[in-house]
Amino acid sequence: MSQHLAIVPAHNEAGAIADIVREIHEHAPGFDVVVIDDGSTDGTADRARQAGASVVRLPFNLGIGGAVQAGYMWALEHAYEVAVQVDGDGQHDPRYIKELLARLRSDPSLNMVTGSRFLEPSGDGYRSSAPRRAGIGLFARIVSAITGQRVTDPTSGFRMTNRRGIELFARDYPHDYPEVEAILLMHAHRLSSCEIAVRMRPRTTGESAISSTQPAYYMIKVLLAVFVGLFRAKPNVEPGDSSPVTAEHAI
Amino acid sequence: METRLRIAAIVATAALVIVIFELVRRKRLMERYAILWLLAGITLIVLAVWKGLLTTVASKVGIFYPPSALFAVALGFVLLLLLHFSLVISRLADQNKVMAQRLGMLQQRLEEQEGAQTAAERGAGAEADPGAGTAAARTGAAAAAGASEDQPGRVEELSRAG
Repeated sequence: MSQHLAIVPAHNEAGAIADIVREIHEHAPGFDVVVIDDGSTDGTADRARQAGASVVRLPFNLGIGGAVQAGYMWALEHAYEVAVQVDGDGQHDPRYIKELLARLRSDPSLNMVTGSRFLEPSGDGYRSSAPRRAGIGLFARIVSAITGQRVTDPTSGFRMTNRRGIELFARDYPHDYPEVEAILLMHAHRLSSCEIAVRMRPRTTGESAISSTQPAYYMIKVLLAVFVGLFRAKPNVEPGDSSPVTAEHAI
Repeated sequence: METRLRIAAIVATAALVIVIFELVRRKRLMERYAILWLLAGITLIVLAVWKGLLTTVASKVGIFYPPSALFAVALGFVLLLLLHFSLVISRLADQNKVMAQRLGMLQQRLEEQEGAQTAAERGAGAEADPGAGTAAARTGAAAAAGASEDQPGRVEELSRAG
């Protein structure tokens, strides 16, 4: 068994998932692949298994946050040292995995490396639609101000973490639309992160977790979470604290 | 609206918003379910603080006593929240059902596997010594295989041996 794991959350991605798994095996041969099938109703799990991935099938759709956290729990249980998230829709190019790994290895104090679409201003590749870019820009400014370092692509889910990051995310990960909050979670736990430039591809199949009807909810939910997070002195569970889901509250 | 009533309304709605905020801060209330509560709380605060707005709204709808309009809006939000809870409970019940079904199937598979494993072990125990043709060896093997489950038989064997 390898020390490195690729976590691929997938919801109804039967058309793309086998290619993703094969590409990861091809371009990042040191990585085991676990596909988190988030309640798909098509053949996603079978295709992924045939392509050589381990498959964790969730009994119903948990959303991207719950699916990715299941991946981190898997990584923790199987004692992986490094985990990288690769979306099941083909947006993240597995060729960049070794660059993420090289950057993570280059600095032992680094806990997370994110692939950013916007780090190189003239960069090409898929950069999302104009209204979404405006939203991403707003979150980039907020996250940069809070963390005190330049963050250009806070909504990118193309991320690699080391053991500390795996432990943190397995214990506590935001529920819906988790990427922005996850950066702040790292920051609150004094774990360090940085970005490298990547090119993303347009999705090949399936649909975005943020469909056309939901951007307003997305903005409000994430802004609320970021704002409330500012007032959390000790935002999240450390080892030895009470369990994140507990029945001991009176009300 | 009378000043005392306004102050009471402002204090009550502000307390509501603060409690909701604190629950989210302590991670007892998910952002997902806090949004509707906050919307209700903030709307009620605005209506309580902004005197002219409440009077205008009341007269537009034909309510003679403006504080009643505040109650009407609050009642509207209560109904909305109750409907929201019914939706959430329905989803949770559905998820719970799927979870129980999956768990039942997993348990059945596990028991089936355990049964097959025990049978295989028993078979392997009986054929442990295929070359032995003597009756004594065969009864020995059978006794060993039965020993774990068949306690009275084992006692009988032992007493006979003694």
